[in-house]
Amino acid sequence: MTGLLGAALPAVPLLAGLLGLLLPPSPRGAATGEGTARRLAIGLGVAGAAGALLVAVLLALRVGAPVETSATWIDLGGLRVTLGVRLDGAAALVAVAVSAVALAVQVYSIGYLRRGPHDDVEVDHRYPPYAAQISLFTAAMLTVVVAGDLILLLVGWEVMGLCSYLLIAHDRRLPEAPAAAVKAFLVTRVGDVGFLLGIALLGVSAGSFRIADVLAHDHSTGTLTAACLLLLAGVAGKSAQFPLHTWLPDAMAGPTPISALIHAATMVAAGVYAVTRLFPLFAAAPVALTVLGVLAAITLLLGAFAATAQDDLKRVLAWSTVSQIGYMTGALAVGSPSAALFHLLTHAAFKALLFLAAGAVIHAVGTTLMSRMGGLRTAMPVTFWCTLIGLGALAGVPPLSGFFSKEGVLAAAEAAALDGAGPTPSWVGWLVWLAGLLGVAVTAWYATRLLLRTFFGATRIPLAEPHDPPAVLRWPVLLLAVPAALLGLAGFAGTFAERLRPAAPATREQPSDLLPPEGLVHFTPAVLLPLALLAVGVGLAWAGWRRDPAADPARFLGPLRPVFARAFRLDDVQHTLVVRPVTALATATRAGDERIVDGAVEGSGRGAYRLGGGLAALHRAALPRAATAVLAGALLIGLAAVLIGGWST
Amino acid sequence: MSAFLLISVLALPALGALVVAATPGDRAARAVGTAVAALTLVPAVLLVTGDHGWFGYGPRPAVQPWHQLDLPWVPGLELRFHLGVDGISWPLVVLTALLTLLCCGYTLWRVPEGAGSGKALVALLLVVEVGILGTFLALDLVLFFLFFEVVLLPMYAIIAGWGGADRRRAARKFALYTLFGSVLLLVGVYVVVAAAGTADLVTLTGGSGLSRGTQLAAFTLLALAFAVKSPLWPLHSWLPDAHTQAPTVGSVILAGVLLKMGTYGLIRVAVGVAPEGARWAAPVLGVLAVAAIIVGSLVCLAQDELKRLIAYSSVGHMGFVLLGVATLTATGIQAALIGNVAHGVITGLLFFLAGAVKDRAHTGALAELSGLRETAPRLAGLLGFAAVASLGLPGLAGFWGEAFAVVAAVQRGGPLWTTLAVLAAVGGALTAAYFLRLLRRVTHGRPSPAVGRIGPGVAVAELTAWAPLVLLALAVGLVPTLVLGYASGPVNALLEVVR
Repeated sequence: MTGLLGAALPAVPLLAGLLGLLLPPSPRGAATGEGTARRLAIGLGVAGAAGALLVAVLLALRVGAPVETSATWIDLGGLRVTLGVRLDGAAALVAVAVSAVALAVQVYSIGYLRRGPHDDVEVDHRYPPYAAQISLFTAAMLTVVVAGDLILLLVGWEVMGLCSYLLIAHDRRLPEAPAAAVKAFLVTRVGDVGFLLGIALLGVSAGSFRIADVLAHDHSTGTLTAACLLLLAGVAGKSAQFPLHTWLPDAMAGPTPISALIHAATMVAAGVYAVTRLFPLFAAAPVALTVLGVLAAITLLLGAFAATAQDDLKRVLAWSTVSQIGYMTGALAVGSPSAALFHLLTHAAFKALLFLAAGAVIHAVGTTLMSRMGGLRTAMPVTFWCTLIGLGALAGVPPLSGFFSKEGVLAAAEAAALDGAGPTPSWVGWLVWLAGLLGVAVTAWYATRLLLRTFFGATRIPLAEPHDPPAVLRWPVLLLAVPAALLGLAGFAGTFAERLRPAAPATREQPSDLLPPEGLVHFTPAVLLPLALLAVGVGLAWAGWRRDPAADPARFLGPLRPVFARAFRLDDVQHTLVVRPVTALATATRAGDERIVDGAVEGSGRGAYRLGGGLAALHRAALPRAATAVLAGALLIGLAAVLIGGWST
Repeated sequence: MSAFLLISVLALPALGALVVAATPGDRAARAVGTAVAALTLVPAVLLVTGDHGWFGYGPRPAVQPWHQLDLPWVPGLELRFHLGVDGISWPLVVLTALLTLLCCGYTLWRVPEGAGSGKALVALLLVVEVGILGTFLALDLVLFFLFFEVVLLPMYAIIAGWGGADRRRAARKFALYTLFGSVLLLVGVYVVVAAAGTADLVTLTGGSGLSRGTQLAAFTLLALAFAVKSPLWPLHSWLPDAHTQAPTVGSVILAGVLLKMGTYGLIRVAVGVAPEGARWAAPVLGVLAVAAIIVGSLVCLAQDELKRLIAYSSVGHMGFVLLGVATLTATGIQAALIGNVAHGVITGLLFFLAGAVKDRAHTGALAELSGLRETAPRLAGLLGFAAVASLGLPGLAGFWGEAFAVVAAVQRGGPLWTTLAVLAAVGGALTAAYFLRLLRRVTHGRPSPAVGRIGPGVAVAELTAWAPLVLLALAVGLVPTLVLGYASGPVNALLEVVR
């Protein structure tokens, strides 16, 4: 029964998505049937997400011990690929988060895509495929969550990349949207080269792609390290970790609800989740975890600093996602998947809240630039309070959810640094811990800046009359504010902590003794450290703003501001080191293929033709020369006949 | 029953071609041709019935056909009319029959402009079908060669008669280049037949009685011949011209099934008959296959014509298939088989769609195409689906062949094969890059003047031709056993004799 529920989890939104794709896409100008198609699309989308949420909640209530079902999908020369689910408490909780955010996004989109933020034209003429693609996206993420086989996981993993591509390119009025969509798909796909090779190594080593078999098999150290490192490439692509993080900020070209979906519950969460799923393998490959720790520390600070200098509201949030995922991968690197999952869940709640609230702001003022906002607090009280909760959770203000989960990450890093408790060398613990602490202050600074620039001070848009969004936008935001505020308290509950622990605490050298037995949250005096840093960050931003409420506090960054705003120019580096050489190589290859390879073929053809022409010309000789040639030929043949005949007799 | 099925698969299109040619009236003749193609599909599918196991005593032969027909043909030369079908050839037989049916049906709706009538085109398509089906069914080496050659001239006529502006040159290049391959095939066949004293593939599989030297020579000749057909880089340069200039139905048949004669021949004939040669040449084959993947994708990345891009993408995709064969592992050969079928389905669909775009916009230059999703969202959506299927999205047909060719190379292990696996996987990312570039150019952005004229409508005949391919791309992706369900037995038997 539980296994059936697990299979139904991705199947429900998948069905809704496939049916939705069959609806007429209703092109521009086609007036008839548009209303019906849109209503049907809304119904399918919401029903799919709600159904998934229902199944996920049922699962979360039922699942205790890990449940596994599997059937052979295909046997390729002795390598078995199975079709089945692998359910544990963590999977069920992540599934609840995914489907809850998906439902919020589906409902929110009804209102958000009725009118464009920039103009008064009806822009919902492609609503059916849009809603269907969200359903497919949800189904793909839920497939990753429940998959009991690496190949099945890869299916969900890549379909998710495709859906992000389709949805980011949805807004046809943005000229940068197609490029951003291609970038998102391509960068993650480059990471997936490693992911596929990692899966291949593990599958070949274990003789099966079933996760249980792969975990149970005794891999050689070399294989394990290589496979884990390769898997990390895919994880870095999906979860936007340095150096494959460049797609995420550009993905802001997608509609705001899609940003919420990508940043909160799907896509970026998949990488972290996949590592927790295979954590026993990583725990036995400390080299891979060390690499992950270094990348996490870089990403955490890179994202946080980049967020400080953005003027685009959504880009601040995008960079904050990069940074927060860095906390999660940091927690993984110091050997605490439960802390990573806890932060993943709270982040899903508060980041979805923040994006949907930002959507309400953008919807009201018609721009995404904070330099054109300001003073929205009085006009949009509901949005203001919800954003305040979200930003508080993001910065880690007690008792909001982010405080507890970030504290969990920092505590794990501290333990790894001071006591050497993690599977990695203690310097990795130090690195993650210090980066995490610095990140707390920077996060507090940019969160405060965002709040002040958007909601406080004098308005910088005299003409607009901002107002709180209509009910269909308001309710998803309000409901998401509840977990964003309170989910952290669940960390005290033993049952909650029980579920987030690795399903199979394996027989490897360090089982789940890293985890606090009673709950996920446990305070030590060290908790004062992040709180102090939080106060410093908030205080600095506030003091800077107080000096001149109309000016951007980012001016205090001085010469660093343009560097941060362009995120250390890593986009340019990527362009110079990857895009341009590949394009040049492609042009050169094409020329070589056409001139040399095909040139040889064409040349031999022409050569044969010319040779024929030459011989023909020789044969068209005038009489004296022709007669001479005939006589010479006769003489030669005769000579040959005599010689050969002479030898043979 | 066995004999009846095998004979009817070949006789129906052969007689059908004659009937079509004799039917008065162009439209009626095309309808007859379509009906014949539909009838041919029935016995082709029914071939799956029959004896799938080996119940006899003694060592298992390497080829165990489900159905067999073995008649003396030219007794003086010991040639036999020997046909048979098994798990390796059956999916290809069905694919051939299906694609021919779809092409004939498409011709019912639209005849490409050209020298001849639609009637002649349909008749030629049916003759091509006979040749391709015969190639997949033949179990006699000389018979195999004959069927292999039957395809050449009608295909030449299709390209030269109904193709694009530069059709004559392309058709000539196609015919001469592949004829060059055929000469090698002929020599190879006679090297084998002369050395072994028989042309029976069932007896020959396993290299029984051939000396090492003969096997190396035979494999080299046969592999070169099949490499031209497949095509394997650097023997591919006939393909872009032929595919670009051929009419839509010609391109579909060319890419969909004609290329498969090369890969099928490589597995069944070259590897089967000269296993020692295969083992000896495997590293070279693998390196060339990966070169094809990389070069093919790089050329696509710099390509500026729609049909030419899709044609070049075939070079890359067939590279994955050949890599699978080159590993000489069960995983690799099964990946090659499913990759073969998937490429036929997906590239067939891509050529149908590219033809539809080109017919409507009257240009195939990527620079003049943009914004298709604004004016023709359904067509753009289908093009997107086909492109995504072709770039190997997991869950669709293209995935299995490509991913498991990489897995098979990893399985082979060692520095060479591991490097090849890595490069092939990188080629997968490049494939995604050029298809996304294609979609970005063609479907996104503001409509170009050429695209602006296109109406949103898609004809019922077009949907009927495309729908089976769309469904198959999805079905094979979700249920790969459709293709590989019966393949593991024959593949393992083949590999037993190769090792």
